[in-house]
Amino acid sequence: MPEAKIRVLVAKPGLDGHDRGAKVVARALRDAGMEVIYTGIRQTPEMIAEAALQEDVDVVGLSILSGAHLQLFPRIMEECKERGVTPDETLFFCGGVIPEEDLPALRELGFRAIFGPGADTDDIAAYIQEHVKHSS
Amino acid sequence: MGSAPDSLPARLLNGDRRALSRLMTQVESGTETGRAALQALYAHTGRARTIGLTGSSGAGKSTIGNELAKALRRRNQTVGIVAVDPSSPFTQGAILGDRVRMQELTADPEIFVRSLATRGAVGGLAQAALDVIALLDAFGKDVILIETVGAGQDEVEIAGAAQTTVLILAPGMGDDIQTMKAGIMEIADVFAVNKGDLPGADIVAAQLKALLSIGTERSWEPPIVRLVGTKGEGVAALADACQDHYAYLQGAGRLEAAERGRIRGQILALARHRILTGLVQHAGGQDGLEALVDAVVARTMTPHTAVDAWISEWTQG
Repeated sequence: MPEAKIRVLVAKPGLDGHDRGAKVVARALRDAGMEVIYTGIRQTPEMIAEAALQEDVDVVGLSILSGAHLQLFPRIMEECKERGVTPDETLFFCGGVIPEEDLPALRELGFRAIFGPGADTDDIAAYIQEHVKHSS
Repeated sequence: MGSAPDSLPARLLNGDRRALSRLMTQVESGTETGRAALQALYAHTGRARTIGLTGSSGAGKSTIGNELAKALRRRNQTVGIVAVDPSSPFTQGAILGDRVRMQELTADPEIFVRSLATRGAVGGLAQAALDVIALLDAFGKDVILIETVGAGQDEVEIAGAAQTTVLILAPGMGDDIQTMKAGIMEIADVFAVNKGDLPGADIVAAQLKALLSIGTERSWEPPIVRLVGTKGEGVAALADACQDHYAYLQGAGRLEAAERGRIRGQILALARHRILTGLVQHAGGQDGLEALVDAVVARTMTPHTAVDAWISEWTQG
């Protein structure tokens, strides 16, 4: 039976080791019927872009708590684009500790949604289901 | 389809990894694009060596897959990895976590890792696994490692899908009667005893040796390799054992026989799936099925007569 599943990469760039939030989101998306590729902590921009390429995901979700998002996210986006994974086709979102004033810069980069502490996981799943573009 | 220079199959043959990953999505979703691509690429398949890694959850399949991939790269082999994890029977969602143990492999462009969810398949693999393997084969990977879901006793599909099956065991999984049971213990071409630094690894290796000594005479004696996967110890010996088994298969037409068996199994599995799909779609749909369930619940039909009625509705309707 042909079926198109939503495939999501959940990755944690940077050096903070706190992946509880990322795991909670991964689990919630699984329970919403998505296939979640979880890659673990301390991912370099190249590792995240490679995983997004090889897994042909519809969605990339990044969790960051270290405060280095304005340093790391542009590099991740650049590495992804180099591999043909672009925000035109792939839905990028992020979460973690991200100050309000950084939101415009991240949106400019191509992040469509930003979920901070206290975000409802049902809202994240609903947002993805509404905005994902299927590759098949 | 497949002839234009910028088509996905042509790009795949040109070494375009984005085309490879996109086509994997297509074959996994069972689309027309995916089928046409397989048609265009199938003549380029049949060259890769395939090694299956199976064993129970936590035995070390991903860890050993990671180390084996590195060992193969040191021998100048390019590597594809297909890693399968289970889909939820309730939500159909999945956590595909095998990449966690394979993080360092992403730095090597000659290694391509793809995670698959079982999507309802029960034999330890995903239904599209063989198609995804075919794409990696056409792409030109020398060796393809196939990691099954955590396998208990009866998830033996991997034996038909891979040329060499490695069964990974670890200490603490039960007594020696477990090793005598039918099923997964019988499909191993190579036994890998992982966590060799834990107490009990000696016992597992000794039990395996005893098991192998009481069986009937076989033309291939499965070697027992001891490893400490997290340290990479024993991985070169495992790569050697897989190579030895491949050399054995090359003799006396065994590779050809194995390939015929694999293809026969795939044709039967696809036919089974298509016939079932046809039945559900054409013989009254989901409502027709529910009507039959009603009849069996009311004891006016048995499950067997319900299937008779269903099939005759399809073939006559």
